[in-house]
Amino acid sequence: MNVGGPDMAPHTPQRSSRPGEAAARLGPVLEVSDLQTHFFSFGGSRVVKAVDRVSFTLHEGETLGLVGESGSGKTTTCLSIVGLLPRAARIVGGSVVFEGEDLTRKSQRELRRIRGRRIAVILQDPMVSLNPLFTIFRQVAEPAFFHQHLRGRSLRERVQHLLRVVRIPSPEWRMREYPHQMSGGMRQRIVGAIALAGGPSLVIADEPTTNLDVTIQAQYLDLLKDIQRETGVALIFVTHNLGIVAKMCDKVAVMYAGKLIERAPVRELFDDPKHPYTRALLGAVPKLGSKEPLYSIAGQPPNLANLPAGCSFHPRCPEALPRCVSEEPGDFHLGDGSVARCWLVEGKNEAGAHRGRARS
Amino acid sequence: MLEFVVRRVLYSIVTLFILSATIFLVVRFTGDPVALMAEASARPEDLDRIRQQWGLDRSWPVQYLTFMQNAFKGELGKSFNYRLPVSELYFQRLPNSLTLGLVATLISLLIGVPAGIISAVKVNSWWDNVAKGVALLGLSIPGFWLGLVLILVFSVWLRWLPTSGAGDWRHVVMPALALGWYFAASMLRLTRSSMLEVLGSEYIKLARLKGLPDVVVIAMHAFKNALIPVFTLAGVNMVVMVNAAVIIEVIFAWPGIGRLLYEGIFQRDFPLVQGVVIMAGFMIVAINLVVDILYAFIDPRIRLTR
Repeated sequence: MNVGGPDMAPHTPQRSSRPGEAAARLGPVLEVSDLQTHFFSFGGSRVVKAVDRVSFTLHEGETLGLVGESGSGKTTTCLSIVGLLPRAARIVGGSVVFEGEDLTRKSQRELRRIRGRRIAVILQDPMVSLNPLFTIFRQVAEPAFFHQHLRGRSLRERVQHLLRVVRIPSPEWRMREYPHQMSGGMRQRIVGAIALAGGPSLVIADEPTTNLDVTIQAQYLDLLKDIQRETGVALIFVTHNLGIVAKMCDKVAVMYAGKLIERAPVRELFDDPKHPYTRALLGAVPKLGSKEPLYSIAGQPPNLANLPAGCSFHPRCPEALPRCVSEEPGDFHLGDGSVARCWLVEGKNEAGAHRGRARS
Repeated sequence: MLEFVVRRVLYSIVTLFILSATIFLVVRFTGDPVALMAEASARPEDLDRIRQQWGLDRSWPVQYLTFMQNAFKGELGKSFNYRLPVSELYFQRLPNSLTLGLVATLISLLIGVPAGIISAVKVNSWWDNVAKGVALLGLSIPGFWLGLVLILVFSVWLRWLPTSGAGDWRHVVMPALALGWYFAASMLRLTRSSMLEVLGSEYIKLARLKGLPDVVVIAMHAFKNALIPVFTLAGVNMVVMVNAAVIIEVIFAWPGIGRLLYEGIFQRDFPLVQGVVIMAGFMIVAINLVVDILYAFIDPRIRLTR
């Protein structure tokens, strides 16, 4: 499997020719700092902080697992990165520095040249993410057609190559088919081929295996891993499946109520979770053969439009301190590379001088 | 594909049979035509003679069978009133109705589809609100009222257009506008809702995530998908406008099929009403068949699932 094969070398944009190349090699591929995305409704009278001061970094070849319950802001975080938010949402603060450029300062025109080429997204449900009226060829070809301006034979060869990369058998005739002629697993591989079509350095996969059955899931994850090994692409993997996180990711970011409450290298997170919410999440993973009833986190995720004061998790937190009710914790950087937003870890092997901000 | 066409044709034939029986019965519930055909001084024997002459003395099943037999041979009977074959009357009027229906369809498409697309793309903008208002007006203003207002403004006050009749293009403008108005509004609403649904779909999101220009996303990815229901409605609307523009044709004295039907109903002209309705049914069935087959060309999923 050779993603950047010689047959297409002249057409594939080489990393070295890209702006911000020096920064990309030296620094992270993606650096999200203090990102804040809010939804405004009723003419701005109601504000929902869907993404609230989220920060993380991602280097070439790395995989970040973004986990959290539904509605915790995972998808909005991803859409903020590519600048494709719903009408009601707006980035109100922070920055998304991709290969040295701040994407939050770019126009939609400039973003369009980045989307599908340098940052690709794989959506959740392969059954609905392909256009039913267009052939596979056309849908896979589009990024190469519009971004790399490939035409005719070179375009056809490029598409066949991409289909081969995602292990679609006999791509020459498969590419003439329509999405409805393919299974879910195959369609998701097509979506994968579309993601690779522009030769991206960052792929955001938003729960790409949630709608696939388990055996197909494993195949798909292996495929993504292989592609990553070949291309060195950085991967953001959105999921709520901690098993997948353990298998796929180098580091993990846990979201709760729009906030990133803990981020850590994957080992540290599983061995020594710092935030009570992370501990609860890990406790809620079903274990094979266990006779005990499955642990579940008490209460409901909070309404983002009406968050509790202090730490958003405190009403459900078994270890809440008095100050958690009134004061919102900031990021505490810990010695083992993890960062937790929780008062409990204050003072424990703290690495940096980042202190929590007091809030009433 | 062949199976698909054969199946659709069979459905169509069944539909036409049901329609023919229905209209045959319904016209006979309107009363005795002989009373209108004879002179006021006619004696009962005269009425019986007329009845016998037109075959109305036979039982309904026999009359129906004769009617169907002739219909298969392409004869729709002879009009009581005009004493001419119905098919001759029908085909005399058809070109006028086709002109009117076609122009009205064009008007409805040219107004409804672009306005609906802009509305959907710029949803909740001032444009969308204006379009929604216009659509509501379009659906609630009756065509005959609009027709009268048009006559008042353009013929009586401005003297730009003739009030009624058929002739050159100036005669078509007002009836086509009055007729197409309602359909433009329904087209606008359908296009808008269909586009909105498609624009909210995941494949449109993916198309945007590919970094495609907005024009490509909207005009190619979204429009082609949104087109399917719009297309059906346009086809059916056109047939309705050709065959059932009764009120508009009467107001503008447009010599079309609608007015022929109107006259037939008032004269209890059974063969005429039956003939016009059957032809309308035939046209509706045919256009639906064509639309279904065209579908298969737009949508590959239909091609394989019969």
